[in-house]
Amino acid sequence: MPSIVETRNLYKSFGSFKAVNGLSFSIEKGDVYGFLGQNGAGKSTTMRMIMGLIFPDSGEIFINGETFNNSKRHLLKNIGAVIERPDMYGYLSGWDNLRIFAALSDKNITKARLHEVLEVVGLTGREKDKVKAYSQGMKQRLGIAIALVHQPDLLVLDEPTNGLDPQGIAEMRQLINRLSGDLGKTVMVSSHLLHEIEQVATGMLVIHKGKKIVSGKVKDLLNPDETLVSVAVTNDTHFVEKLNQSQWGKMMERTTSGSATFKMNPSVIPDLNKWLVEHDFRVKEIKSEHSLEAYFLSLTHDTDTQN
Amino acid sequence: MIQILRIEIYKIFKRPRTYISFGIVLAITLVIQLALFSDGKEFLGFFMQGINEQFDVQGNILNGYLVAYVILHSLLMQIPLLVALVAGDSLAGEANLGTLRLLLTKPISRTKLVLMKFLSSFIYTLILIIWLAIVALFVSMLLFGTGDMINIKSDSFVVILQNDVMWRYLLAFCFATLAMTTIASLSLLLSAFADNAIGPIISTMGIVVVMTILCNLQLPVFNHIIPYLFTPHMVGWKGFFDDPIPYAAIGRSAITLAAYTIVFLAATIYYFNKKDIKS
Repeated sequence: MPSIVETRNLYKSFGSFKAVNGLSFSIEKGDVYGFLGQNGAGKSTTMRMIMGLIFPDSGEIFINGETFNNSKRHLLKNIGAVIERPDMYGYLSGWDNLRIFAALSDKNITKARLHEVLEVVGLTGREKDKVKAYSQGMKQRLGIAIALVHQPDLLVLDEPTNGLDPQGIAEMRQLINRLSGDLGKTVMVSSHLLHEIEQVATGMLVIHKGKKIVSGKVKDLLNPDETLVSVAVTNDTHFVEKLNQSQWGKMMERTTSGSATFKMNPSVIPDLNKWLVEHDFRVKEIKSEHSLEAYFLSLTHDTDTQN
Repeated sequence: MIQILRIEIYKIFKRPRTYISFGIVLAITLVIQLALFSDGKEFLGFFMQGINEQFDVQGNILNGYLVAYVILHSLLMQIPLLVALVAGDSLAGEANLGTLRLLLTKPISRTKLVLMKFLSSFIYTLILIIWLAIVALFVSMLLFGTGDMINIKSDSFVVILQNDVMWRYLLAFCFATLAMTTIASLSLLLSAFADNAIGPIISTMGIVVVMTILCNLQLPVFNHIIPYLFTPHMVGWKGFFDDPIPYAAIGRSAITLAAYTIVFLAATIYYFNKKDIKS
């Protein structure tokens, strides 16, 4: 698969702060590429460099195989982006905002296309309202409409669920899945909310303190056998001893009085529960820790320890 | 290019703030016209004291031409502020709104964007000056009538025949447009450095006020820098109401203002092409 975006050894500092530190990655066509990192990890700075908003101190960016820099801004023609907040002209209507940014996309965009994209993001009927009257979710959707209107191959969405309520987050997730599935777009989406990336992304990159920690296919990176499952019981007499003597002992990661944590595939949780009941343990709680979260925290912890 | 320019002009004239400038020009002009309409004779008498002792002046002296001249003289400081309100907002205001980020994710060159911002500020300035011409000159002509124009100076006066006035006003307004375009380019430059429109607007006015004070102080220590400042040249339009018209001095002023405009614009383009958009 050819890369739609590739970065090689990107560096960017603001004063003495190294925001991006030798970052290299590539996004293949058709991917939903999750860009994962804590706040301040360098996600937005990287996305801004890809969109030509910030200039790298060194390193290279390639868009569709061509080197991208300030004199080659025409390469942005096939990219749509929402970087951080979806800020627009509040004194203009949603329609006017969409029309203005569509006109700047260097493509011939018809009225029918404007209506079509409003339909995609679910803003039909509200397009004549002034943007200052829009909710955060509506602004976010209008931002995506603006990013989509010129039918780009790649969408760059920086923290698209920021400021949204749970329903808005779910709708955004559906929209990203639809953009990728039905419309065949390549999507680069950043988030610090780990489960979001897991739910939408096919590939991902974990970034920490401006450095790549790991990248690859989500299904390869998130091995279900590595899920952390913790169990708590009310009667802890011989709890750990019995577990150690059983088939569960080799999966045990850590124990405390009355609780144990296993690294296992979540599909065997019913078997574990059955075993506990059969051995007269009164189960208070069985909890599967978020795989990606545990994975992410272990990765960033390892990096911090090494530093 | 034309598409970007149309969008920039559309944005300027869709904003309520833009019309405040036109309202201010109208309000100030009407106040001066009203004052001169009610107390114009005393006002004129004060200035004509010395002249009336030596000359027999007859006819409609307090006519629209003289009133327009008084209004233009009174608006020396206000018009630059009104120009800075829009030009100073053009880049910094977008940065403050966050729309600069969205604009620059589009495949348009930063140089083109700056040029179109400048051109749209110029068009706004031009329309503001035309509006000033309508309310200051044409409304005054309607209210006060026409006649020969007397340009009263500190040590002399110039009489301009009625049929010799309008072309002078046309050139004076053209010159004023050039002077205000210089202000617009300065505001645009300051706007490129800021992420909030208030800074560039205040800074523009600060620079104009400080330069004007330096020129008015006439202190020998500043004499060698005053010719290089642009503010003394901004009042070059007054030369069109002299006899004979000092074309050479007006030309020097026009060239100085044009040179400043080009330098400010080039500096804006250079800086903006290197600027990281972090807003």
